[in-house]
Amino acid sequence: MDWVTVALYASIVFMGWLNIYAVTYDQNAEISIFSLQLNSGRQLLFIAGAIIIIMGILIMDMRFYETFGYVIYGFIMFLLLLVPIIGKEVGGNKAWLGVGSFGVQPSEFAKFATALAVAKYMGSVGFRMDQLRNQVILFIMIGVPMLLILLQKDTGTALVFTVFTVVYFREGMSPMLIIMGIIAAIIFILTLLVDEKYLFIGIGVILVSAIMLGRKKLKRIGLLTAAAVLVCGVIVSVDYVVNNVLKPHQQNRVKALINPDADPLGFGWNVTQSKIAIGSGGFTGKGFLKGTQTKFDFVPEQSTDFIFCTIGEEHGWLGSLFIMSLFIGLMLRVIFLAERQKNRFARVYGYAVACIFFFHFAINIGMTIGLFPVIGIPLPFFSYGGSGLWGFTILLFILLKLDIHRSQVLQRM
Amino acid sequence: MNEGRREIIQIVFVLVAVVFLIKLFFIQVIDSRYKQLADSNAILPEVDYPVRGLIKDRNGKLIVYNTPEFDLKIIHKEVKNFDSTRFCEVFSKTPQELRLLFKELKARREYSSVKPTIFLTKLSTLDFAKIQDNIDEFPGFYIQARSTRAYTAKAGANAIGYVSEISKTKLDRDKTGIYKQGDYIGQSGIEAYYEEFLRGQRGVRFKLRNVDGVEKGSYNNGKIDTLSIPGQDITTTLDFDLQEYGEYLMNGKAGSIIAIEPSSGEILAMVSGPSYDPNLLTGKNYSSNFVLISNDTLKPLFNRPLMAQYRPGSIFKIAQAMVALQEKVITPETRFRCDRSVINCHGPHTNEDLRGAITHSCNPYFHAALRRMLNKGVSNNPFDDTRIGLEEWNKHIRSFGLGKPLGIDLPNEKGGLVPSPAYYDRAYGGRPWKFSNIYSIAIGEGENLVVPLQMANFAATIANKGYYIVPHLVKGIGEAGKPLPKYTEKHYTTIDSTYFRVAADAMQAVVESGTGSYRGKLQDLIVCGKTGSVQNEPRPDHSVFIAYAPKENPKIAVSVYVEFSGQGARAAASIATLMIEKYLYGATKRPQIEEYVLRGKFLN
Repeated sequence: MDWVTVALYASIVFMGWLNIYAVTYDQNAEISIFSLQLNSGRQLLFIAGAIIIIMGILIMDMRFYETFGYVIYGFIMFLLLLVPIIGKEVGGNKAWLGVGSFGVQPSEFAKFATALAVAKYMGSVGFRMDQLRNQVILFIMIGVPMLLILLQKDTGTALVFTVFTVVYFREGMSPMLIIMGIIAAIIFILTLLVDEKYLFIGIGVILVSAIMLGRKKLKRIGLLTAAAVLVCGVIVSVDYVVNNVLKPHQQNRVKALINPDADPLGFGWNVTQSKIAIGSGGFTGKGFLKGTQTKFDFVPEQSTDFIFCTIGEEHGWLGSLFIMSLFIGLMLRVIFLAERQKNRFARVYGYAVACIFFFHFAINIGMTIGLFPVIGIPLPFFSYGGSGLWGFTILLFILLKLDIHRSQVLQRM
Repeated sequence: MNEGRREIIQIVFVLVAVVFLIKLFFIQVIDSRYKQLADSNAILPEVDYPVRGLIKDRNGKLIVYNTPEFDLKIIHKEVKNFDSTRFCEVFSKTPQELRLLFKELKARREYSSVKPTIFLTKLSTLDFAKIQDNIDEFPGFYIQARSTRAYTAKAGANAIGYVSEISKTKLDRDKTGIYKQGDYIGQSGIEAYYEEFLRGQRGVRFKLRNVDGVEKGSYNNGKIDTLSIPGQDITTTLDFDLQEYGEYLMNGKAGSIIAIEPSSGEILAMVSGPSYDPNLLTGKNYSSNFVLISNDTLKPLFNRPLMAQYRPGSIFKIAQAMVALQEKVITPETRFRCDRSVINCHGPHTNEDLRGAITHSCNPYFHAALRRMLNKGVSNNPFDDTRIGLEEWNKHIRSFGLGKPLGIDLPNEKGGLVPSPAYYDRAYGGRPWKFSNIYSIAIGEGENLVVPLQMANFAATIANKGYYIVPHLVKGIGEAGKPLPKYTEKHYTTIDSTYFRVAADAMQAVVESGTGSYRGKLQDLIVCGKTGSVQNEPRPDHSVFIAYAPKENPKIAVSVYVEFSGQGARAAASIATLMIEKYLYGATKRPQIEEYVLRGKFLN
C-alpha cells in the first residue's frame, strides 16, 4: 500500500469536508458539523461509504479489474443508456439513477470504467499504438461514454474523456492530435474574440509569408493553401455553431469567459462573484468560517463546482497554494506509481487516473478564477457529492490495489 | 520512442498549477478591487439616525423640538392578498393615486422587491393612529418612524431657519461624506449655521446580508458598529417673549428690528417682517408650503436684518461726529452755520454746536465737518487731498464694523458699503473726483450702505463707549454651554472712548428734546437714540431709529427699520422704545404708542 498517496487522499478529503461545512455555516444557527441537515453531515456519510468501497476494492482479487474491464465498461455504458429513459432530473440535468431518495450519477463511474477498458485494451497482447485500427477503437471507447453523457446534457463530464488523448500520447500516439486540438481551441476562442474578417486577413498574411519564406514547391504551396482554407472553414463553422447550435446558456458561459464584466449580473454573474470571493481573501484569507461571499450564496453552487472559492476567500493565497500543492502532489505521485508498474495495463490505468484528476483540477479551478469557461465539473474529493467522491475513490484505489501487487504480474511491456 | 513524454506530462501539470497561482496572486494580493466589491456585496451598513439637538431661548424656553414622523415602507415580495379598496380607505387615497404610487415605486432606481422601500412619506400622527390599527391587514407594509422639527411658537422663523431634505447640488458639493440622499439638513438660520453641532453623529450597524438582501446577523459580532450620538442642544441669545412682541409690532410692515445686549453682543430679538410660520416648513406639507412661501412677493424668506442693504440716513451722523472728533477737526464746542444753500435741512435752528447738530439732525453741520475731515490741506491738489482724507475716514468708519459682514452666526449676511477712494475711482471711471462730488455721504445718504444688524451693532458700540462684540444668536452649545470663541472677543473702534460721551449726551438729547422726543421719550428711563429718514424719492422715506438704554450700564441696544413709513421719529422710534420697555419692564406703559404702531398709519 502506498501510504503517501493514501495520506494525500485523506488530507484532500478532510479539507474538502471542512470547506463544505464552511459554506453552509450560519453564525446564527448553531448546527453541528455532523448534522445531517447540513451538506457537511451528509458528506461525512459519503466518506464513510468511500471507506467501505476502499475495503471492497482492496479485498477483491487484483486480477478482477483487468479480467472484468470490458464487463464493467459495458455495464456502466448500459446504465448511462438507461439514464435518459428512467433517470430522474436534479438541477436541470437528467443524470441520476435512483431508487427513492437515494440516487447515483452513472457518469461519475463511467470514468474509472472507461479507464479500465482502455487500459485493458492497450495492455492486451500484440497491441500496437501505430496501427490506425487500434487508434480508431481507442477513440470509439472514449467516444461512446462522451456521447451518452452528452445525451444527458452534461457537457462538462463528457469533456473529461478528451483527457484520455494524453494517456494515448504517453503510450506513443503522435502529439499532432493534441497540438491540433489546442490550435482548434485557440481558433475557437479567437473566433469569439475577433471579427471574422480580421481573422481571414491574418490567415491570408500567414499563408502568403509561409509560401514566400519556404521552398516554392507546388505540393507544399498546395498543402499550405488547403490548411488555410480548412482553418477558414473551421472559423465559419465555429461561428455558426456558437450562434446556432450551442444552447443559450452554453453561449453565455463562453461569452462570460471572454468578458465577464460585460454583464456582471447576467451571464457573467458566476465568474464575477467567484472572482470577488477568491479575490477578497487576500494573502492569508479571512479565516475559517469568516468568509462573507461564500456564506451568503453570492457564489452559486458553492458546495460543489465552486468549492474552491471558499478556500480562496477564507484561506487566501497561502491556503490556495497549500490545496494546490496537495493536488499536484497527488497527481505527480500517481504518475510515479504508474511508471513503476510492471505491465502496460496498470501503467495506462495509472496515467488515466492522473489525467482525469488533472482535467478536473485544471478546469474546475480555472473556471473559478476566470481562466476557463464555466464547465460544471467537481474538484476531485473536495466537492460535495456522493457519486463524485465514490467515483474518484474507486479510480484511485484500484490503482493502489494494482500497485500493491505490481511485482506479482508478468513482465509484459 | 516514448522517451521524455512522462516528463512533458509532469511539466504540464506543474505549469498549469503555477499559472493558477500567479493568477490567484494577482486577484488576491495585488488587486484590491475584489475586497471592496466583496464588502459592498455582503455588508449592509444600517444607519442609526441621531436625534437632532433642541433649540432653546435665553431663558431656557423651548423653541424647537423634534416630533416623530412616519413613513410607510413596503417589501414588495411580502405583499400578499392585497386589498386595494381597503388600502385606499385606510390611507385616504384614490385608486388612481394608488396606481401612481406603485408605478413610481417600480420606477425608482434603488427599487428591489426584497428590500424595504419607501412607499408613502410623512404620515402625520393623526394618520398614523388610524394606520397603526389597520396595518396588520396589509402584509408587506411597515411603518418607520423618523423625527422631524416642530416649533413652539410662530416667531423667529428667519433667525432659526428650517430643516429639510438635502438637495442634489448640496449633496454633490459635500466633501465630508456625512450626508446621503434623503438626509435632513439645516437649510437656513441657526439650523444651517450650527448644523455640525445640531445634527449629532450617525451610528452605523454593519449587517451581513445574503444574495437576496436578507439580513444574516451582524458583521464581526458588531465590534465595529457605532451608536448614534444625539445632536447638541443649543441655547440661543433670543428672548422669545421679546421676539414675539417684536413680530407682533411688525405685523403688516416690511422691515426689521434687532435688539442686542451691548455688553455681550447677544441678540435679544431679530425680527424680519414679513415673516412666516416655521411650522409650515416641516412635516407633510413642506413642499407645497415652501413653494407658496418662496413665491410670495413680500419675500418672507428674505432675512432683512442681514440681507437688506439700506442707506443709513441720519443715524450715520453719530459716526461722522465721532470720526471728526477723533481726527480733531472739530471739538464738541465747534459751531457751524446752518447754511442750507448746499444741502437742505429741517427745523428752526441756525448755528448749532455738535450736540445741537445731532439733536436737530442738522445736515449742513455734518457737511461742513466732513469737508474739514476730507480736506485737511495735506496736499495742495484738492483731488489728492480728498483722497487722503477719505482713506482715513474709511478706516475709522470701518472700525465700527461697517462695510463688511460682521460675522453673525447666520448664513448669507451682507456687508453693506463704506465708499473708499478705490470705490470712487471705479464709480467715476477714472475721471477725477473731490469732496464736492461725494459730500452726500456726510449725512448717511449717497453711496453708504448698511444692513440693519450693523446699525444695531453701531448702537451697541456707542453704548459700550467704543467697542463691540460681534452680534450672535447662540450663547450656549451643548453641555459646555459656551458660545463660539469668536463671540467673546472685543472689537475696538479707532475712536477714543471719551468722545462717545459726547455722542451719548447728544443721543439723550435727541430723545428728550430733539427729533425723537415725541414718541421716544420714556418716564424714569434715560434712552439714547437717533432718528433717520432714508430718502426713497418718489416713495416715502424708510423710517429708521437706533437707540440704547439705560444711558448708564446699557442693557439693550436696538435698531429699527420700517420700509416706506416716513420719518424715523414715527414708526421706528415708537417700535424701538416699545421694545426697550418690553425688555426692561416686561410691558409698555404707553398703550397709545403701541396702538399707534399696530394701526400702522405712519404717513398721515
